[in-house]
Amino acid sequence: MAILELNGVTKTFGGLTAVGDVSFKVDEGSVVGLIGPNGAGKTTVFNLITGNYVPNAGSILFEGRELSGMATNKIVSSGIARTFQTIRLFQKMSVVENVLAGCHCRMKAGIFSAMLRTPSQRREELEALQLAMRELSFVGLAHQAENLAANLSYGNQRLLEIARALATGPKLLILDEPAGGMNPQETDQLVALIGRLKERGITVLLIEHDMSLVMRACEELVVLEYGIKIAEGKPDAVKADPRVIEAYLGTD
Amino acid sequence: MMTRKRGLAVIGIILFATFPLWMKYVRPDDARYWVDVINNVGLYAILALSLTVILCDAGMYNMGHAAFYAVGAYTGAILNTQLGVPILLALPVAGITAGIFSAIIARPVIHLRGDYLLIVTVGVGEILRIALINDVFGITGGPNGIFGIARPELFGFKIKRPDHFFYLIWGFAALTLFLFNRLKQSRFGRALDYLREDAVAAEGSGINTDRYRLLAFLLGATWAGMTGSLFAAKMTIISPESFSFWESVVIFMIVILGGSGNMAGVLLGTFIVIALPEVFRDFASARMLIFGLAMMVMMVFRTQGLLPPKPRKFILPKLAEEGD
Ligand SMILES: Nc1ncnc2c1ncn2[C@@H]1O[C@H](COP(=O)(O)OP(=O)(O)O)[C@@H](O)[C@H]1O
Ligand SMILES: [Mg+2]
Repeated sequence: MAILELNGVTKTFGGLTAVGDVSFKVDEGSVVGLIGPNGAGKTTVFNLITGNYVPNAGSILFEGRELSGMATNKIVSSGIARTFQTIRLFQKMSVVENVLAGCHCRMKAGIFSAMLRTPSQRREELEALQLAMRELSFVGLAHQAENLAANLSYGNQRLLEIARALATGPKLLILDEPAGGMNPQETDQLVALIGRLKERGITVLLIEHDMSLVMRACEELVVLEYGIKIAEGKPDAVKADPRVIEAYLGTD
Repeated sequence: MMTRKRGLAVIGIILFATFPLWMKYVRPDDARYWVDVINNVGLYAILALSLTVILCDAGMYNMGHAAFYAVGAYTGAILNTQLGVPILLALPVAGITAGIFSAIIARPVIHLRGDYLLIVTVGVGEILRIALINDVFGITGGPNGIFGIARPELFGFKIKRPDHFFYLIWGFAALTLFLFNRLKQSRFGRALDYLREDAVAAEGSGINTDRYRLLAFLLGATWAGMTGSLFAAKMTIISPESFSFWESVVIFMIVILGGSGNMAGVLLGTFIVIALPEVFRDFASARMLIFGLAMMVMMVFRTQGLLPPKPRKFILPKLAEEGD
């Protein structure tokens, strides 16, 4: 069953069609890769899914519900979490505080319960901290909890973004170039992490340049070029597709 | 070390809390005057703390804070003089009125970038002041303002002398510090920090950034409104000139000078901006010149303010061994 479904989604910036009439489905529990040369419109597709951009045409359905027009924070609390291609952590805050940002949408306490420090508010705070630490330990960063985000290595910052996204309790996790800036060893660990996400029942949609990672981690691929979908299917079939080969050889 | 620091803090608080009592012996001639100066410091400290929520926590440039202060002061004064509501009972109503007023203004402009928002808030402050002078609402008494505001009463005790007001104002300031500190350590306080640091990342982490921007305005303005009521009670007479653009600038200055979001810094900043010029009264006009220069030097060499905010600390729960 499809958890996410894009139908004829188009997004233009002035005269430029960044995404043109793109349709694809992401099955629940699967790991899908969105690939294509630089400037193909991959990040724009992510921004459309998370409500950062509103499509000019087409529909985006998550669990059968229309997303376009919904505020980003509502989309996140309905179960889609993301990471950013250019890392967007709260650099001056500690690692655990970054993850607590993700916990926010699963918490309730407002101004008054915080001022009165009610028992339920205190319990909620403690549970959020516990959840944050669990997600940090899931990505292997629990020992860095009190460090400042800015002091983490590039690869660890990518993992921290994943932990923050996981703290929102997503059903679908979308990762924009998660291996960007990682060394081969870190990339191997990332592939293992994606496997463990799948075991947790989280559907993963990821953008990646590194073809070897894509081939190892993904079950399905969707290929974009100049905003148009040029291929989709199993990694091996996609890899052998002449249009895909041409798209990649043409730009690299 | 820690206990020694704490001991010093306790002594400091006791000395401060008994200020009106010992000042009578230290400066028998003008003790009342000095207590009144410290009362003004208290009012500005609360105002600055309330602006901190909007300016530092949520990162929205509000240079019209005196407008919310004015709405609260006038609401309290009108309720008291026209309807006979005791001023301390009118205080929460004044706060809520100022809060609603701020929400109406803030809603359409909350997306504006820092400098644009600053200009809008300056405009709002001026429009309100001019509306008060011209008695647009018909109940604010025009340029003369409102007088005859009754002295507040607390459990049958009439608060009228400066040393009485010292405890009322600083009691409210202490309550403000206590509550705002709790807020800082909560989901609400963190949400404001996230949205200030990176609104896109905050929204992408599931935080309703519009809602929190509005809530910050609402809270800051509500608090300024309540402070306005305290001011009306202390003065027994209020007029538009008490809420000029300069007031907004002073409150803004205190917050930036003090350390952009650190509450101890805000208190220190208030003492420097409000009380220090009084200490150097003998220098008459030169004091503002020196003061202005000192501000400029500081903004060049210590941009983060006197006491910049410290990162939050968490007591981490113990977990089983790390996954990998
Ligand atoms: N906010 C924007 N305004 C204008 N053009 C944009 C914007 N975002 C993306 N683009 C353009 O859309 C195209 C696709 O960009 P992007 O989705 O970032 O590609 P990819 O992630 O596949 O490298 C590029 O030509 C880019 O310049
Ligand atoms: Mg991209």
